[in-house]
Amino acid sequence: MTRSLQTTILYAAALAVLLLVGLMLPQWLLFLLTMAASHGVVGLGLIVMMRGGVVSFGQGLVFAIGGYVAGLAATRYGITDAVVLVLLGCFASALAGAIAGPLLARYRSIFFAMLTLALSMVLYGILVKSSGVGGSDGFNVPRPSMLGLTINETNADYAFFALSSAIATLLTLLVTIYCRSSRGLLSMAIRDNELRVEYLGTSVRAAMAINFVIAAALGGAGGALTVISLGHIDPNFSYWTTSGEFVFMAILAGHASAPAVFLASLLLELVRSFSNKYFPDTWQLALGLFLLLIILFLPKGVGSLWAKPERLPRQAAEKAQAAAARQRAATEAAQ
Amino acid sequence: MTPQPYVLEADRLGKTFGALVAADNVSLQVSAGQRVCLIGSNGAGKTTFVNMVTGYIKPSSGSIKLDGKEITGLGPRQIAQRGVCRSFQIPQLCLEMSAAENILVALTVARRGALSFWRGAYDAGLCDEAIAMLERFGLAGHAERPVSELPGGVRKLLDIAMALCRDPRLILLDEPTSGVSVDEKFSMMDTVLRAMDGSNLTTLFVEHDMDIVSTYANRVVAFYSGRVIADGTPAEVLVDAEVKRYVTGNAK
Repeated sequence: MTRSLQTTILYAAALAVLLLVGLMLPQWLLFLLTMAASHGVVGLGLIVMMRGGVVSFGQGLVFAIGGYVAGLAATRYGITDAVVLVLLGCFASALAGAIAGPLLARYRSIFFAMLTLALSMVLYGILVKSSGVGGSDGFNVPRPSMLGLTINETNADYAFFALSSAIATLLTLLVTIYCRSSRGLLSMAIRDNELRVEYLGTSVRAAMAINFVIAAALGGAGGALTVISLGHIDPNFSYWTTSGEFVFMAILAGHASAPAVFLASLLLELVRSFSNKYFPDTWQLALGLFLLLIILFLPKGVGSLWAKPERLPRQAAEKAQAAAARQRAATEAAQ
Repeated sequence: MTPQPYVLEADRLGKTFGALVAADNVSLQVSAGQRVCLIGSNGAGKTTFVNMVTGYIKPSSGSIKLDGKEITGLGPRQIAQRGVCRSFQIPQLCLEMSAAENILVALTVARRGALSFWRGAYDAGLCDEAIAMLERFGLAGHAERPVSELPGGVRKLLDIAMALCRDPRLILLDEPTSGVSVDEKFSMMDTVLRAMDGSNLTTLFVEHDMDIVSTYANRVVAFYSGRVIADGTPAEVLVDAEVKRYVTGNAK
């Protein structure tokens, strides 16, 4: 059995358990998990970029594009199927990523971060001034159907939970496969030493642009899922604090494990919800302290608690040991 | 009589950095299989020449041809794709990865179609090739060790091994023995040449140790102040008056 197939079975089993557990959870927790899954999908995109050595401070850009496209498709064009809306959000953001990606791929570190932030704030400014899409108030999005089934008041929370969990699981699987692929390894090499990778004969910029497009597609899917579950969208989707939360989530998760981002997203939602309730004016303080602790004690993120670094397959490692033994024997014989 | 085909032809290359002339009408033709050593004091223009040939810097004037085809002004990636690879004075490696993973990345980039979005990075065939490459350089014992833990000499060899993964036409080694102890220099050069053995690889290397130069080069090009001041066999160049005066420093 291949490793990808093993992972697919594991993820499918985890999804099945999650969906069963969901049947027993209260509404408030279902909603919280739905938001964690939807936002976690955006965080997945950040992890893809972090593996290449850059962090976007403007994922709100693609989050908002995905959300607005899904919302407009539902309100203006009468598209009611949730899966189609997610696909539309995903493709629209991927398209935006394909336009911005080649430009952004020229920059690194703070310049990359600030450019992405600037782009997201440009979109925020446009959305606030655009009365056609509700201006600063945004607009409401009608409850969609799902694969031909009507979603009503009683089953809506579970339906959105199931949809976001299923899509998040599928996308996490795809990101995991990508991270383990030869292109995933190339991203890690770029993060380590761009100059060497370029001298090996491949385009670092193209690899970075591809990562940005993947992250954009994931951001769009996350935006669409959020809009579908919330039933509302406004320009705050593109605001810098929203992007900041995604960065928070990605740092909390680390890039060692894709599923870790959902744990980070859930932790963020829990801290946000409870802090908001018990100390509403200073909840960002709790968030800041939480991040500080993670950076101090888990600098590689919570994913590093269980994700082991990729290693040579056992057969290859054995061949390397045999080759080393041959070399030692040859050296001893020469002496 | 048909003219001798050159792997590398540099014609009147010039490079200036403001008022500094780093390369002044440098012309050099290198035939297939030659092992050419570039010598000169620091700032003589050796590394500038290597950087121009490998696309790291663009020449201000002149042209560079590889197998008769113009490569002037191309970037490192395009030049590497045409078969010119290099190692660096300070090894350029992925420090957080293991030695085997470094080679694996190099092989993946070098093999057409090996870069994939879904096929696992640790492909059995490529892993075997990576181990074989490490074995050629005597590095199999370090396969699983992170590069950050490897000693300087091993890193130098790994840097050269990465450059060889593409099966280049021409390889440029920038001071392959710098930072290596005197005792290890010869065994290191032996290892490198053994690893290249049989490939008829054209090699240019920059070196300061004249014992290494006279032992391993079959042609020596001496640089001074951005110009070529001598070009010939080691026996001819190392006794040249100008070379003695400006490079080896024993002008008596």
